[in-house]
Formats: sequence, C-alpha cells, structure tokens
Amino acid sequence: MYLFGDPTVWLPVTFAALMGFSILIYVILDGFDLGVGVLFPFADGAEKDRMIASIGPFWDANETWLVLAIGLLLVAFPTAHGAILTALYLPVAVMLIGLILRGVAFEFRAKAPAPHKRAWNTAFFTGSLMTSLSQGFMLGLYIMGLQYTWATVAFAGVTAVFLTVGYSFIGATWLIIKTDEALQLKAVQWAKGGIWGIVLGLSAISLASPLVSPRIFDKWFSFPEAILLAPMPLMSAALIALLWLALKRLPTRDDSFAWFPFAASIVLFTLAFFGLAYSFYPYVVPEQLTIYEAASAPESLFIILIGTCFVLPTILGYTALAYTVFRGKATELRYD
Amino acid sequence: MDTLLLSRIQFGANISFHILFPTITIALGWVLLYFKLRFNFSNDMKWMEAYRFWVKVFALSFAMGVVSGITMSFQFGTNWPGFMETVGNIAGPLLAYEVLTAFFLEAVFLGIMLFGFSRVPGWLHTLATFLVAFGTTMSAFWILVLNSWMHTPAGFEMRDGVAHATDWFAIIFNPSMPYRLAHMLLASGLTVAFLIAGLSAFRWLIGDRSAGVRTTLRTGLTLGAMLIPVQIFMGDLHGLNTLEYQPQKVAAMEGNWETGPNVPLLLFAIPDEEARANRFEVAIPNGASLILTHDPDGVVPGLNDFVAEDGTALHPPVAPVFYSFRIMVGTGMAMLLLSWAAVGLMIYKRRGVDGLPKPLLWGLVPMAFSGWVATLAGWYTTEIGRQPWLVQGVMTTEQAVADVPAPMVASTLIAYLVVYALLLTAYIGVLFYLARKATKGEPIRPRVPPSGEAIVAAE
Ligand code: HDD
Ligand code: HEM
Ligand code: HEM
Repeated sequence: MYLFGDPTVWLPVTFAALMGFSILIYVILDGFDLGVGVLFPFADGAEKDRMIASIGPFWDANETWLVLAIGLLLVAFPTAHGAILTALYLPVAVMLIGLILRGVAFEFRAKAPAPHKRAWNTAFFTGSLMTSLSQGFMLGLYIMGLQYTWATVAFAGVTAVFLTVGYSFIGATWLIIKTDEALQLKAVQWAKGGIWGIVLGLSAISLASPLVSPRIFDKWFSFPEAILLAPMPLMSAALIALLWLALKRLPTRDDSFAWFPFAASIVLFTLAFFGLAYSFYPYVVPEQLTIYEAASAPESLFIILIGTCFVLPTILGYTALAYTVFRGKATELRYD
Repeated sequence: MDTLLLSRIQFGANISFHILFPTITIALGWVLLYFKLRFNFSNDMKWMEAYRFWVKVFALSFAMGVVSGITMSFQFGTNWPGFMETVGNIAGPLLAYEVLTAFFLEAVFLGIMLFGFSRVPGWLHTLATFLVAFGTTMSAFWILVLNSWMHTPAGFEMRDGVAHATDWFAIIFNPSMPYRLAHMLLASGLTVAFLIAGLSAFRWLIGDRSAGVRTTLRTGLTLGAMLIPVQIFMGDLHGLNTLEYQPQKVAAMEGNWETGPNVPLLLFAIPDEEARANRFEVAIPNGASLILTHDPDGVVPGLNDFVAEDGTALHPPVAPVFYSFRIMVGTGMAMLLLSWAAVGLMIYKRRGVDGLPKPLLWGLVPMAFSGWVATLAGWYTTEIGRQPWLVQGVMTTEQAVADVPAPMVASTLIAYLVVYALLLTAYIGVLFYLARKATKGEPIRPRVPPSGEAIVAAE
C-alpha cells in the first residue's frame, strides 16, 4: 500500500480518476442510446424498430457504467455520496423512473400485444427524455455548487436542455454508422440540427462555471495556465468545424467516413469532460468537500483497487467482443 | 408520517419489487442453459421450443431486474446516507465487487445470449448463456454476503463510530451467510420451477399439446418436487442459526413471550403487543421446542427477555414477523403437497403429464407465483425481524436515515408505487399473453444458418 507514497493521497486520486473514467464512458455510451430514444418521435414505425435494433444488444451494459460510477462514488467517497444524492433527491428520482420506463419498454414493445406497442414506444421516448433532462439538470446544479436558488435552477434548466440535445446529437451520429438509406439520411439531418445545441451548451457551461466560482476563474484565466489550456477550446472549435463539414457531405456513396461524426463527438465529449474535471479538482462536492476529506479508509479502497486492476481490463475486453459481434449495420433483432 | 417511516416504506417497496425479478432470473438462467445443452446433445426440437419460450420470459424479467436494481443502488445515497458513512468501509467493497464481477458479466453477455444465436459459433452462444447464469448467481452471492453481514456482523472493529474491516474472510463468510445464500438460491429455483409448471399448466389447459409444453410441465414439476424438501431442511437450519445469533427474531417468529421449556408450535394466533400475549392460539404442544432444540423440554427464548428497564421493546414488531413467517412456511407446504402429488401421479399412472387430473392442473396456475409470495414473506420475516437494528448491534435504522423533507419522500414513494403497480400488471399480462400466443402455435420454422446447425426463428 505504501508502494507509491502516502496512500491517503494516491488512493483518493486513483479512485477519483476511476470514477471520472466510468462517468465519461457512461455519458458517451448511454448518451448515444438515450439520444436514440429522444429522437424516437421523429421516426416512423419501421424506422423505430431499426433504431431499437441498433442499441438493443448494448443498452444494458451501457447503463452498468452508471451503476459502476455511482458505486465508486459510494464506496470511495461515502460522505460525498450522501451529500450529493440527498441534495439531488428529486432529479434522481425522475431519472430513475425514466430509466425504469425506457428499460422495460425495450422488452415490452416487442412482446406485448400489438395494439400496446404504441404506448410502449411512448414510454420509451418519455423515459429517455426524463433521464436525459434530469441528468442535464443535475449537471447544472452540480456546477452551481448544489445550491437551489432561482438562478441556479434556471441555469440547470438550460443545461438540462443542452445535455438532451447533446445526447440526441451523439445518438444521431451512432445511427449514421448503424443504419443506411432513408434512415441514415434522416440521422444526418438530426445530427446537423443537434450540432448547434452542442456549441451553445459548451459555451454556456464554459462561461457560467468561472463566473460562479472565483476559484475556477483563477484556474483557467491566470498565467501560464491560460496558455497551457488554450489547446482545449481551440481543439473543440476545430472539431466542431470538421464535424459540420463532414455532415454536409454525408452520407457518402460507399459509406466511407460514416464513423467520423460519432468518433468526433466522442472526442468532443471527452474534451468537455476533462475541462469540467480540471475545474472541479480537488473538490468532489463543489467548494465543500475535497476528495481527500471524503475518501474511505485506505484498507477498503485498496481491496477494491486490487480487484479493479484485474477486472476492469476484462470488462473492457468483453465489451469490445460484444461490439465486434454486433458490428455493421443494424439488422432486425431476433432470438435466433 | 415522518421521513423515517416513509423512507422505510419506500425502501421496502423498492427492494420488494426488485427481488421479484432476480428471483426469477437467477435460476431461469441455469434452466435455460439446461434446455440449451439438452438440445445440443439430442437435437430434439422440443428442447429448442422450451428454450425459445423461456428465453423471452428471461429477457423480460432481466430488464425488470436491471432497472429496479439501478433504483436500489441510488437508495443508499438518497435515503440512507448514514449507512455508508458508518459501515461504508465494509459495504462498499462488497457492492463494488458485485458490480465488477457480476453486473458487467451478465449485462455484456446478455446481448450475445439473446441476439447472438446466428452471429456467433454455437459454443460461444452456450458459453454466453453460462456466463449470464453465472453472473446472476454471483450478484446474489455478493449482495447476500452484505445482507447477511448486516444480520450477523463479523470481522470488523469500530473506530470513532466508523466500522473498519479487520478480516475480510470473516466478513464474507459471516455466520448466517451460508444459510441465507443456500436458502435464497433454493427459493429462486422453486420460484422458477413453479412459474414454469404454472404457465405450462395454463397452456395445457387451454389446449396446447405440443412436445415443448409437455417437456416444460414435466421439468417444472420435477424440479419443484426435488427442491422443496431440501428447502424445508435448509429453512430449519437457517432458523437454528438465527436462534443462535438473533434470538429475539426467533421469539417473534414463534410468537413466544416467556422464555421456557415445552413451548408449543403456534399454527395460528393473533399476537397482541399491548397485552404482551397471544389471542386465539391454535397450537401443537411442545412443537416449537422440538423444532428449535430437537427436545420437547428444550428452552425457547421469549420476547419478554428483550425489554429495556423503562419498558421500551428491544425486539422487533411481533405481528408482521409472526404472520409473514407463517405465510412463507404455509406456501412451502402447499408447494410440497402439489409437486409431490403431481410427480407421484405421473409415476403411478405411467402416463406422464397426460395422467394429471384437471383440478390439479388448475391448482398449479395460481401457484405460478407462489415462489414470489414465499420469497417476499421470507424477506419480511428476516428484515423486519432485525428491527430496530439496521446492522445488528452496530447501528439502528433511525441513525441511517437522510434528512430529506417528508413530503419529498412521500411524493417519490407515490410515484414509484404507481410505476410498480403498472409494470407488475403489464408483466403478468404479457406472460399470459406469450403463453396464449405460443399455444396458438406459430409453428417453429427451422432454418439453416451459416454454421449448419438447425435453428429456429424467435418471433
Ligand atoms: C420459495 C421460497 C421459500 C420457501 C418455500 C421457504 N422459504 Fe424460508 N425464506 C426464503 C424463501 C423461502 C427467503 C426469501 O430466501 C428468505 C428471506 C431471507 C433469507 O435469508 O431467506 C427466507 C427466510 C427464512 C427464515 C428467516 C431467516 C432469518 O431469520 O434471517 C427462516 C427461519 C426460514 N426461511 C425457514 C423456512 C422454512 C422452515 C421453510 C419451510 C417450508 C421455508 N423457509 C420455506
Ligand atoms: C431482496 C429482498 C429483500 C426484501 C424483500 C427486503 C425487505 C425489507 C423490508 C420490508 C424492510 C423494512 C423493514 C422495516 O423497516 O420494518 C427492509 C429494510 C432494509 N433492508 Fe431489506 N429486504 C431485502 C433485501 C435486502 C438486502 C439484500 C439488503 C442489503 C443490501 C437490505 C438492506 C436493508 C436496509 C438498508 C433496510 C433499511 C431500511 C429499514 O431497515 O427499514 N435488504 N428490507
Ligand atoms: C439493496 C440491495 C440491492 C441493490 C443495491 C441491488 C442493485 C442492483 C443493480 C444496480 C442491478 C442492475 C445491474 C445491471 O445494471 O446489470 C441489480 C440486478 C440484479 N440484482 Fe440486485 N440489488 C440488491 C438486492 C438484490 C438481491 C437481494 C438479490 C438476490 C438475492 C439481487 C440479485 C440481482 C440479480 C441476479 C441482478 C441481475 C439482473 C436480473 O437478474 O434481473 N439483488 N441489482
């Protein structure tokens, strides 16, 4: 345990990194399948089936990253876990009910009597929307230091909308890879519509967080940090420009570059994530509790870490296997 | 109502809803593997038919289990922050291992198991089925380790009011873990056995005479008949273990007020906590002493031993523990009677399922959900019997509760209850709809996949 120096320093940092990693993977993976759900009303009957087929084999594992992230928060930073979740009591409940609705709608829409299918489609859309909005809302409140005032709630409302648009954007780019013909064309249009949401959302968060917190302001706008950090916003801007160009040319005849918008949005989400992580480090509850103060006992963290070192690569391995088995254009989902 | 009571009701509602589905998937995963292997070895279409029908039930139950499980993992933080603050050093690693070793395994391979039949080689599909079944069993293992530790904590020490692990082996193999795990896994097997038997009996009664339905009816009944005696035996051992570590719970289960020898086994009674006595007792003399100590003169603990100087009760509320225990045992007896009668008739008449009389088949249909009833009743016995403790002897439930306004908890509670009621109705409705649809018998269309084995269509 003393291998790398003081365990009360490196263990919390390691766990904060692991938790961040799971949140990031969650936002990307469940982001695209929630986004596909949010786009549901814009598609017709047969297209809805294809959209479901494109995420059917993956959604369950995608959601498990949320369980891991919340689990790591709970095991590594128990006091922070309590403080954050009690402060977010209602949005968490909305999210959970949303997750329940969309998760079961997957199954019910295929198995219930045909006349009920419409109702389950609605449940799938509603659940996806509730989940995305509440996650965006929680993100906003978190940035605002988990305080409830008119201004913070209004800001959280704005991030709720933008995160939802962001999810539908990455959902649309996923559909560009997994579908063809008319639906693919539609997905390109959806992605073009969503890109504005990304630009506005990223700018809103980038402007608001330094304004709310002088500490974050100093972290970004003092010398030499400002110069060292400059590549991040510049890269984001360049990526968005490239994305726009790509979307104008897609779909291509031989389907080349269909993967590009999805890959670019992963990079974009990752950059945004690192920006946020940089702003908030070392706090786990903004301005109240640092990761060092909130961490569990080193013995317990160490026990989990050993397991994680073995299991996480395995998980990544078999996740890759699943994505390989179900690669290519989405086809009808069947049990045979 | 105050936040504590509302939070308790909410936790009880959420976990009760959650446990319904894992109870099915834990054992159904293994049953599916059995169907799949039988098909692999015999190439007999009836096993494939059985697999095809029950894999749908599995997929549906799995989705219900996953989404309600996600709700569970947030409950600790939203409603019971004190729990993790006090025993997080022990509960945390156990929950983390559940996510890492079980949830990802089942979630990733579920996709391949459900939709990969014609995409992956046969052995990989069988392996995926195995890994999903294994994963669900691992989840049960880790969560039951935690739950048992909450009943019989071991391998830790308290420093500044926070539990610190000292011996992980003692924590994992805490005194009640083996009993609880065995009892729960058997409960899951029984739930699935009767679900399969009940739905198959329903299909039979509405006119299905396919080879598939014969197979599943026989499999369900045989599995039930085999497991129920083991479960009764295990239940007895579990009770003896509880007698050793949580005597106040056993006193409540037996409805016994005064410690003493020759305690009767109460078949029925109305425990009255005000009067500290029972009304309308129907009892077998010396029964409880005999079961718990294997001696008619054996001494059984009484509730009056667990009262503080000032008169406050240090034992759990008696009536709910007393009744739910009887519901569980009663359901177990009904399972024994029905499954043995059915298997006995099949052997005696030598006509397999054709020899089963109609009334018995009709009896099996409501029994499809008897496993749920017994499992819930069992959990209520265990969990309410631990009150007022959350972790026996370490922290009370009251110490863990969050400081969230009561109306907020009330509103989410109502929302959950509405969603659960709707989903449960839809779930049971769809089970019977699938059964009727299968009976109408869209014939299975054998197709020849790239790999050359015969396979059949799903929808
Ligand atoms: C199909 C389900 C099922 C059936 C038929 C039975 N049980 Fe059970 N029982 C459970 C399902 C269950 C359970 C859900 O698995 C519980 C709840 C918590 C636990 O550890 O197991 C339980 C708990 C439980 C407890 C409480 C353990 C504690 O104090 O913590 C006892 C003493 C018994 N059982 C005994 C029995 C006996 C004597 C049975 C004979 C008929 C029986 N059970 C049938
Ligand atoms: C799965 C089947 C289970 C059922 C049906 C069940 C049922 C219940 C019920 C009815 C209560 C409320 C008791 C009361 O307040 O009078 C309760 C409490 C509780 N149980 Fe369980 N339980 C189950 C499993 C578990 C497991 C596996 C855990 C551990 C992770 C657990 C942890 C708790 C906690 C933390 C409480 C606190 C709330 C309270 O005590 O009131 N339970 N449970
Ligand atoms: C407080 C207690 C509990 C918590 C926090 C909890 C949490 C969870 C979570 C988060 C999932 C979803 C995993 C995924 O994303 O794939 C899940 C599923 C599951 N849980 Fe629970 N659970 C609890 C109690 C139990 C109990 C008592 C059992 C069984 C004895 C159980 C067995 C399972 C199984 C087998 C699954 C796999 C999904 C399924 O088969 O439906 N859980 N649980």
